[in-house]
Amino acid sequence: MTLLQFRDLWVDYSSSAGNVPAVRGVTLDVAAGETLGIAGESGCGKTTLASAVLRLLPENAQVRGEVLLDGVDTLTMKWGRLRAVRWSQAAIVFQGALHALNPVQRIGDQIAEPIRLHQTVPDKQIGARVGELLTQVGLPASRAKSYPHQLSGGQRQRVMIAMALACKPALIIADEPTTALDVMVQAQVLDLLTGLVRDLGTGPDRGMGMILISHDLGVLGTTCDRIAVMYAGQIIESGPALEIFDNPKHPYTRALAAAFPRIGDPAARYAPTGLPGDPPYPGDLPTGCAFHPRCPIAAPACKLGAPALIEVAPHRTAACYKVDQ
Amino acid sequence: MSVATARRRLALTRFANSFRHDQSGMTGVVILAIFIATAILAPILIPDAALDVTKADGGRFEGPSLSYPLGTDESGRSVLLLLAWGTRISLTVGIAATIISMVLGTAFGIAAGHFRGVGSHALVGVTDWFLVIPFLPLAIVLATVLGPSTTNLIIVIGITSWAGTARLIRAQTLSIEGRPYLERSKALGAGNWYQMSRHVLPNVFPLVLANTTLTVAIVILSETTLSFLGLGDPQAPSWGALLDRAFSSGAVSRGAWWYVLPPGICVVLVVLAFTLVGRAMERIVDPRRAS
Amino acid sequence: MLRAFVTLAFVIIFNFFLFRMLPGDPIGLYARGRNQDPEQLVELRRALNKPLLEQFLTYLRNPFDSTIDSTRFSRPVWEMIGERVWPTLLLLGTAILLASLIGIWVGIRAGWKPGGRFDRMSTGTTLILYSMPEFWLGMMLLIVFSVGVFGIPGMFPVGGIASPGADTSSPMGWLNVLWHLVLPCTTLVLIYLADYALVMRASLIDERKQEYLTLARAKGLRDTSVRKRHAVPNALLPTVTLIFLSLGFVVTGAITVETVFSWPGLGLLTYEALRGPDIPLLQAIFLMFSIAVIAANLLAELLYVIFDPRVRS
Repeated sequence: MTLLQFRDLWVDYSSSAGNVPAVRGVTLDVAAGETLGIAGESGCGKTTLASAVLRLLPENAQVRGEVLLDGVDTLTMKWGRLRAVRWSQAAIVFQGALHALNPVQRIGDQIAEPIRLHQTVPDKQIGARVGELLTQVGLPASRAKSYPHQLSGGQRQRVMIAMALACKPALIIADEPTTALDVMVQAQVLDLLTGLVRDLGTGPDRGMGMILISHDLGVLGTTCDRIAVMYAGQIIESGPALEIFDNPKHPYTRALAAAFPRIGDPAARYAPTGLPGDPPYPGDLPTGCAFHPRCPIAAPACKLGAPALIEVAPHRTAACYKVDQ
Repeated sequence: MSVATARRRLALTRFANSFRHDQSGMTGVVILAIFIATAILAPILIPDAALDVTKADGGRFEGPSLSYPLGTDESGRSVLLLLAWGTRISLTVGIAATIISMVLGTAFGIAAGHFRGVGSHALVGVTDWFLVIPFLPLAIVLATVLGPSTTNLIIVIGITSWAGTARLIRAQTLSIEGRPYLERSKALGAGNWYQMSRHVLPNVFPLVLANTTLTVAIVILSETTLSFLGLGDPQAPSWGALLDRAFSSGAVSRGAWWYVLPPGICVVLVVLAFTLVGRAMERIVDPRRAS
Repeated sequence: MLRAFVTLAFVIIFNFFLFRMLPGDPIGLYARGRNQDPEQLVELRRALNKPLLEQFLTYLRNPFDSTIDSTRFSRPVWEMIGERVWPTLLLLGTAILLASLIGIWVGIRAGWKPGGRFDRMSTGTTLILYSMPEFWLGMMLLIVFSVGVFGIPGMFPVGGIASPGADTSSPMGWLNVLWHLVLPCTTLVLIYLADYALVMRASLIDERKQEYLTLARAKGLRDTSVRKRHAVPNALLPTVTLIFLSLGFVVTGAITVETVFSWPGLGLLTYEALRGPDIPLLQAIFLMFSIAVIAANLLAELLYVIFDPRVRS
């Protein structure tokens, strides 16, 4: 069964300079127990997409389309229902744990808060449950008494993971969960997260579903089942993770893959990497295919019309006129 | 016209355009325009005799009437005319004291931010001292020592109100000091004075201007308070001095509201107007700070 | 801690030299406009004729032991200050407590929904109160509620701390004091709360942008719980500190409002000393207020250490 479905989702931010489109017509599915990677540069709309699931967008955001969580549209839910769904069905691992944790509250209280709110365990057992969660992420239960500033960056991020698991949600949204950390710690935290999501599933045959957001295609290639690549608020390619990484169809995906080569891959050392220019400002997008000013293989047609996302191989889609089918 | 002048002119036009769209800022400007016009026209409109106690022809503490729209004071003079004359004095003292305060604050702030070592510590120390010491007791002590006069009042207020500006300017200077063009200027051998006047000052100037407007508001309140306590020149009746006389002559116990209410409303309007203009300027100059 | 002592040291030095660095005869200043007891003047002249350094050292030995009595009341100045402290503490304590409670409440409501109806109304009101000379507000309240105009009966006393002859040690006497406290206290509360509300509002608006509030919302907390459990505890820290740091501004209000309401505290004493001018008394009062403000600053730092876990460890 499909856990989460985006149906033609559009998000605009209204500002004094006019409307700025951040997400432009995204349609995407996440199956129960599946890990979906969303790749793209900063500003491509991946965080906006993730925030839209639980309606956590800023006040100036205008949303159109549907976000079906277990078949129910969270965008039109009543507030009371939405509050009940938040964290108990879908939880978030935030990017910077330093800013996402309340600096003047003990971490035990912060982990216990959603458990108490959604009453997933009786009040008397909350303390034990917090200890269990901390142990699961490799922290001693006594750490519950610490304040966020007393922990290291990696420890804080593990607290965030424990918190996300607290109510055993069906879906975990991890928005760049490791970017703020050292490279060594990054790999450990990511392994911990993916391992726990796999092992702690709600049913015997399926794990938790997860959306993992990153700009690092290499990381997504090794940890996810499927990948969707975003550019300027649209999905421009999607498919099974390893296939996308090994055989990208869209020129943008190719550039991303080249930017994060597999360690030890000799070909990567001689191939030209990197992408010229910066991602476009969402308020001032180029005509036609949004990628054409930076595209190494752009044709005149790319300036005129925007290519649709079409099936280019079994289970694979791409939005490019020049994709070899 | 040099490039720099052109750039500054452009910045000014842009500032004026943003300001025109700021509703509360424009309200402040209109209020101020009315008061400034009153202050300038006061000597033309008000006959000398109207302020002379020996020539006053009204009754003592007379309520508002057609010939005395705001009633009379304890000597039978028109409160309305006293008020108009007070505008002149309150604004003059307010602006003069602000100039002293801004010059001191900017000089201390830039120097404390620009220099390093003992000198900087000493400047910061002096600034902190003035920030901590309670304003009114310090002003009272200084004013008592200097004696009551309008000039002394201006000096006292100027000396006691610059520290906040200095702290703000110092923080701003520190952030400018790290910028590449100043590094380059230093490498090219520019002297301290050249660096401070050519690079730092033009950059902190917009903030100084916004801060000046907010300082005038505080300074006018200070002037009112000190004059109320009898530390101003008795011959130059500002709004605060007017309230002092109303209080000392028993206007309160007589219920002579027409004598007490108007000077206070004038103070509130002018202080509010300067605050609104200053906050509007701050929003445009430094959107991050304004809230 | 060290800073506080350095500041205090400068106050003491400043206090000594300010009145001696003046041109002309210091005796004239001390005795300006007063008919002095000639014996006291001779005593004073002898004290002031000693070398400056010797005077300074004598002064440093005990800055609080003024050899010169108040020129106006002919009494030791610190004795008078001791008597006048309590009414001021009563008035200011009550006013600061009420003003911070109301001001913080207003600041929270306004800052949580900036630009909303409540915010626009309360910010307008607080800005007007902020622009108001506190003694003028006091005079207006006196005219309206104590003298009575436009048919409003004058209900409250015109001044003082108690009616003449009232026994302030009995419960009836306390009520009498309370009755006298209403108007001066209301004046100060209105003026102080404007400042506190603006600070709390700005502080809460800063917190609103923080990511931990998004996390709290994502957990499924109600808007009110997000505010009460997460935003307000964080926004309170800087506000409470600023309330303590603003004691200098509180002192200004005390001086003028006590004058208007003849409240027999340090503020009224300052006004009385000014009318002399009574230089020894003014010096002592300046020292007294400075020490109070420096102590409040120190207390603010300590509070921060107690309430902010980040500073504590």
